[in-house]
Amino acid sequence: MIPTRKKTALATSADPRRSVTLTVNGESVTREVSVRMLLSDFLRHELGLTGTHVGCEHGVCGACTVHVDGHSARSCLSLVVALDGAEVRTIESVASEDGTLHPLQEAFHACHALQCGYCTPGMIMAILDHLESDRPLDLSDEGVRELLSGNLCRCTGYANIIEAVRLAAARMSLTVEA
Amino acid sequence: MKPALFDHVAPASIADAVAALAGHPGAMVIAGGQSLLPAMNFRLATPPALIDISRIAELKTLTVTDRAVVVGAMVRHRTVELDPAVARAQPLLAAALAHVAHVPIRNRGTVVGSLCHADASAEMPLLLLLTDGHMVVAGPTGRRTIAAADFFRFHLTTSRAADEIALEAHFPVLPAGAGWAFEEVARRSGDFALASVGVIVERAADGTARKVAIAAGGIASRPIRLTEAENALLGTTLNDETVELAAQAAAAAVTAPGDIHASAPCAASWWRRSSARPSPPHATAPPPPDRDRRRPPPARTAPPPQPPGSDRPTEEDGPDDPDPKEDGPRNIR
Repeated sequence: MIPTRKKTALATSADPRRSVTLTVNGESVTREVSVRMLLSDFLRHELGLTGTHVGCEHGVCGACTVHVDGHSARSCLSLVVALDGAEVRTIESVASEDGTLHPLQEAFHACHALQCGYCTPGMIMAILDHLESDRPLDLSDEGVRELLSGNLCRCTGYANIIEAVRLAAARMSLTVEA
Repeated sequence: MKPALFDHVAPASIADAVAALAGHPGAMVIAGGQSLLPAMNFRLATPPALIDISRIAELKTLTVTDRAVVVGAMVRHRTVELDPAVARAQPLLAAALAHVAHVPIRNRGTVVGSLCHADASAEMPLLLLLTDGHMVVAGPTGRRTIAAADFFRFHLTTSRAADEIALEAHFPVLPAGAGWAFEEVARRSGDFALASVGVIVERAADGTARKVAIAAGGIASRPIRLTEAENALLGTTLNDETVELAAQAAAAAVTAPGDIHASAPCAASWWRRSSARPSPPHATAPPPPDRDRRRPPPARTAPPPQPPGSDRPTEEDGPDDPDPKEDGPRNIR
């Protein structure tokens, strides 16, 4: 951001706040928040939904991925104030209320697709966007790697995560690209 | 890693947005925020106010006419990427968008936002320049149109004035029967391109190229048209010899300094190889693009013969064997 790099005095020393209402995991939530509050912090600090993890806070690692209005998004690159009226879905809503895991979570378990687990919620939310899409999945090595390319995992080497995606797609009987 | 304090204004109309921008000196316009928010989280950008245009309904329209794909300022990358009418009218858009960051970023980021951010290695600026497109912006004195050739001034710098808001981008449709290609070299999937190139070729009835457009990203301080490479192909039948001449002209256009990912000569070498493809992948009427298809990276193709006088070996400086020299400034997405 070269044009703004020269230090400009902050025009405001105040911390403006706004009331926002959004739907989180099916429940309507209204809070008064600072306009600079990131969705990731809102979920964790205001709502206690700490399943959404915060890694890099600049959109690279994917740990904070949630769904906004039905599609995957980086919660660290979303201002809550801009999401008034939006529908947000987090990892907490993926398993059933009785604790039954989603087929994708089952597949992660079966394939040992996590070690420390820090990246896992973001992985699940990013992959779900594809599994729930009506577009055919590309389950070739390259296709799955591309699908995972926006999420970093420092433990697994990805091989088991790739297997988990394929297993979940098979168990969910999803349409696959020829 | 949190944004500095700022005020937030979310106008509901273009007129209100222009007024809000005028009323908040130093304010920045935010659409999808996928470039601006990382910069704000790093406090590389500390605007005193954000003018949030996400509530302006008239900026959310994506229109395909027989002349152009018109992308409103709040249309997200992913919407354009997956739109079948866009794919038929201008297949280069989907091909290039597949290289823009990752799906979660493309779900929120906007095409016009990327154009206004104007990263010198970003795909959308390259494409607007390649297609001879234009921007429509609105300011206190009204609306104006800015041709792509006049819009990109420098890395992260456009000719949009500080009191103007970009409303839409016009990407002209692919001419009937034209061939096209888009190639990119990046270290990792979704990274900014170290070098990228887009080509549109129209042939005359006798098979010679009667119109050639070649644009490049990542190799200069802004996206550029490779006029000399275009001229090397004009009027020819695009045989190996003329394509090689065009590739040499393309390599000569690299002015970007080296950085941690690629020394300048290394970048030029990749760039030559990337440009010297045997023939455009879409040499006749373009098929509907398969947006999940990824072409093999250019470095995996057989390296073309070295130009006379070149002392750069081609094998030692491929992507698998980086030649990092200096840690130049890098951009964040």
